[in-house]
Amino acid sequence: MKAEIFLKSERCKGCGICVAFCPKKVLAIDALGRCSIVNPDECIACGQCELRCPDYAIFVDKKKVAK
Amino acid sequence: MEDRIYEKYFRQHRLPHIWCPGCGNGIVMKAIVEAVEKQKLNRDNTVIVSGIGCSSRASGYMDFDTLHTAHGRAIPFATGIKLANPKLNVIVITGDGDCTAIGGNHFIHGARRNVDLTVVLFNNSIYGMTGGQASPMTPVHKKATTAPYGSVDRPFDACHLAEAAGAAYVARSTAFHVQHLTDMIAGGIARDGFSFIEAVVQCPTAYGRKNKMADPAQMMMWMRDNAVMKAAWDKLPTDKRDEKFPIGVFYQHEFTEYGKAYNEVIEMAQGGKK
Ligand SMILES: Cc1ncc(C[n+]2csc(CCOP(=O)(O)OP(=O)(O)O)c2C)c(N)n1
Ligand code: SF4
Ligand code: SF4
Ligand code: SF4
Ligand SMILES: [Mg+2]
Repeated sequence: MKAEIFLKSERCKGCGICVAFCPKKVLAIDALGRCSIVNPDECIACGQCELRCPDYAIFVDKKKVAK
Repeated sequence: MEDRIYEKYFRQHRLPHIWCPGCGNGIVMKAIVEAVEKQKLNRDNTVIVSGIGCSSRASGYMDFDTLHTAHGRAIPFATGIKLANPKLNVIVITGDGDCTAIGGNHFIHGARRNVDLTVVLFNNSIYGMTGGQASPMTPVHKKATTAPYGSVDRPFDACHLAEAAGAAYVARSTAFHVQHLTDMIAGGIARDGFSFIEAVVQCPTAYGRKNKMADPAQMMMWMRDNAVMKAAWDKLPTDKRDEKFPIGVFYQHEFTEYGKAYNEVIEMAQGGKK
């Protein structure tokens, strides 16, 4: 996993924009209609989900490489 | 989690915002605060002025001095603020109905006067707030509650209108092209004069559902596939343009800013006497 993904689920409206634009199918809408992380290991930290989330509900931090 | 700079510009206690799932307004609101950050504007000297509409509700979520005004009248209010205190950076948020229908005259005369404002028009091609009536920017053949068989009215190109009316900076981008949109707004903030940025946004609820695009992500893919950078657009043959539309900076010109011209009059009238 190259990144840590944080969700502020109380803000998420389940619009699916992050899911649609994630190139690695990391995200999905769960049974309650909110974004959930289903394939964390696949995340490449591209930030597309955070960039286009209209509700500021998803955040991606690149993992700092331990030296 | 690392702190996000854009978060400090929002009134945290007012989030989540009222906009529908997938509404593009939140994306443009973030692009505006990113542009403010990019241009290093002092927050205490920056005022956000909006009209009426879903888009105009943005001012209520932004942690600046903000003014939510009357339908179509954001530009006149903003003009008053700028003239009363020229030190302020004044950003106007408006919708396609707010700016080009009820506010159409204020828009062209604001551009003509060239007051130093940055006007961001959230263009969702519809009156979102009142349930989906056609606006002067609804494309031909697209459906609205007031055009159930598709609109027959020719739409305004608000960028052409702004340029013809005398704006000093004219640009367009979309909710898909977030970083580009931020740059377009930052360029408008930097320009001393009337700057106009059209942000194409998705309204899945009032526009998308009527026009076979109820899915917000699908609407953003439409933006991705149809927006063409200006340089490429200029070379695109007319028969290949179809639903496509240009984005980028269309026009920039240095005109005398209204406040400066007005100050000269004040000095003249006072005849050098203090
Ligand atoms: C004087 C006046 N006339 C009409 C209205 C009703 N009204 C509220 S918002 C709106 C249209 C908004 O459309 P737009 O500017 O495109 O904003 P959107 O909701 O699409 O973001 C209208 C007609 C009003 N509030 N005030
Ligand atoms: S884009 Fe944002 S609001 Fe939409 S589903 Fe993803 S996290 Fe939720
Ligand atoms: S950062 Fe990129 S790969 Fe990771 S979840 Fe977001 S969109 Fe998917
Ligand atoms: S009606 Fe349209 S513009 Fe208004 S909040 Fe809903 S999606 Fe956004
Ligand atoms: Mg509108």
